[in-house]
Amino acid sequence: MALLSKKDANLILDPLADNNPITIQVLGICSALAITAELKASVVMAISVLFVMGVGNVVISLLRNVIPSKIRIIAQLIVVATLVIVVDQMLKAFQYELSKTLSVFVGLIITNCIIMGRFEAFALGNGVWRSFLDGIGNALGYGIILIIVGFFRELLGSGTLFGFQVLGDPIAKTGLYATGYENNGFMIIPPAALIVVGIIIWVQRSRNKALIEEA
Amino acid sequence: MLEHIELFFKSIFIDNMVFAVFLGMCSYLAVSKKVATAVGLGAAVIFVLAVTVPLNWLLDQYLLRDGALAWLGPEYADYNLSFLSFILFIATIATMVQLVEIVVEKFSPALYNSLGIFLPLIAVNCAILGGSLFMQARDIPTLGLALNYGISSGIGWFLAILAIAAIREKIRYSNVPAPLRGLGITFIITGLMGIGFQSFGGMLTGDNDPPEGTETTTAEKTEEKELIEKEMEEDGKSVSYNDIIKE
Repeated sequence: MALLSKKDANLILDPLADNNPITIQVLGICSALAITAELKASVVMAISVLFVMGVGNVVISLLRNVIPSKIRIIAQLIVVATLVIVVDQMLKAFQYELSKTLSVFVGLIITNCIIMGRFEAFALGNGVWRSFLDGIGNALGYGIILIIVGFFRELLGSGTLFGFQVLGDPIAKTGLYATGYENNGFMIIPPAALIVVGIIIWVQRSRNKALIEEA
Repeated sequence: MLEHIELFFKSIFIDNMVFAVFLGMCSYLAVSKKVATAVGLGAAVIFVLAVTVPLNWLLDQYLLRDGALAWLGPEYADYNLSFLSFILFIATIATMVQLVEIVVEKFSPALYNSLGIFLPLIAVNCAILGGSLFMQARDIPTLGLALNYGISSGIGWFLAILAIAAIREKIRYSNVPAPLRGLGITFIITGLMGIGFQSFGGMLTGDNDPPEGTETTTAEKTEEKELIEKEMEEDGKSVSYNDIIKE
């Protein structure tokens, strides 16, 4: 990577795995779970968060010497809320159906702890470029988990991906269904998302023993 | 009166903030290691929701929604400011939390000491903003119901965090596989509790046909039911909604 120094590259790469916002930092769980029943919603949510975090981190980093520390929470919330309104209006204009599916969860990006967490922990103390990279990296780490969860829930729950029937037609009994396979209706109910994330955490920590918590 | 009772039980059990819509998960996971602190945070959430939901209801009713400005005069009747609701709601919440903190500190130092550290956290708890946004999305008709909704969804959240904190205190003595310890097992337990809470889904409607007089409030439920049944039909299954929630 000629464009990025090694230190800068780590800002993007770390949150993807060993410092993942969802599975390690435990930030931004709420929205991650509620909207992952379909892959498409997960992807759109990931992109929205990517936009809000990238721009938000830059704005906060630019303002970091101006904001009085006593009212910084309100200042941060206003910045995020403005960006989220932009995202929400865009979704309503171009993806109306999807914005109905996501309903209040677009608004809840405002209180997504990843965003506030990274503002507090990084953008308030670092330069613009590094804050931007940090924002992008964490949003990608968040997006990856969202997409993994959405992938498994839609594939196992409805047998589709992005709405396409990838496992064959369940009514005409073609493809995999011909062998007696059935969709697992359990995967589309909300609590299944928690269990899928739990399993992701399990797999990740089994692979990297350093992440295991003390009992 | 009946609608108050119905909304109360619905918000606590069926649409539980944590188990049905996953709001406030961050603090739910972070502050549920001990029962005592969980109780403190839960109480603070009930309190703040009870204050902010009615307040935001007033804002929504008289400032934001389509035609809400009609009270200023007929020339304002065409304005629809609802796109501003995010920024206004979060500003209200942040201000109220700050205000509540100051008032509590002044008048009840004991309560302040027990809630103190949690109050600033609450401004960014999604359960609070979620309460206001759901209040708006579900068109809660009166101020009284909005207050009821705020308090009861707060109680639902309180119950959830209390339950998980109690379980986590006990699970410390169990032999959980090392990679699952802490966060992982908490996720899975919450998932199982969520499945348990799904069984409350049939509580208000009882059988498939809702009792008379509750049709307006159960309309949303029916909509959801139709949606799920439609999804299931697409999957080629003839499972009814009630079967799913009983699973």
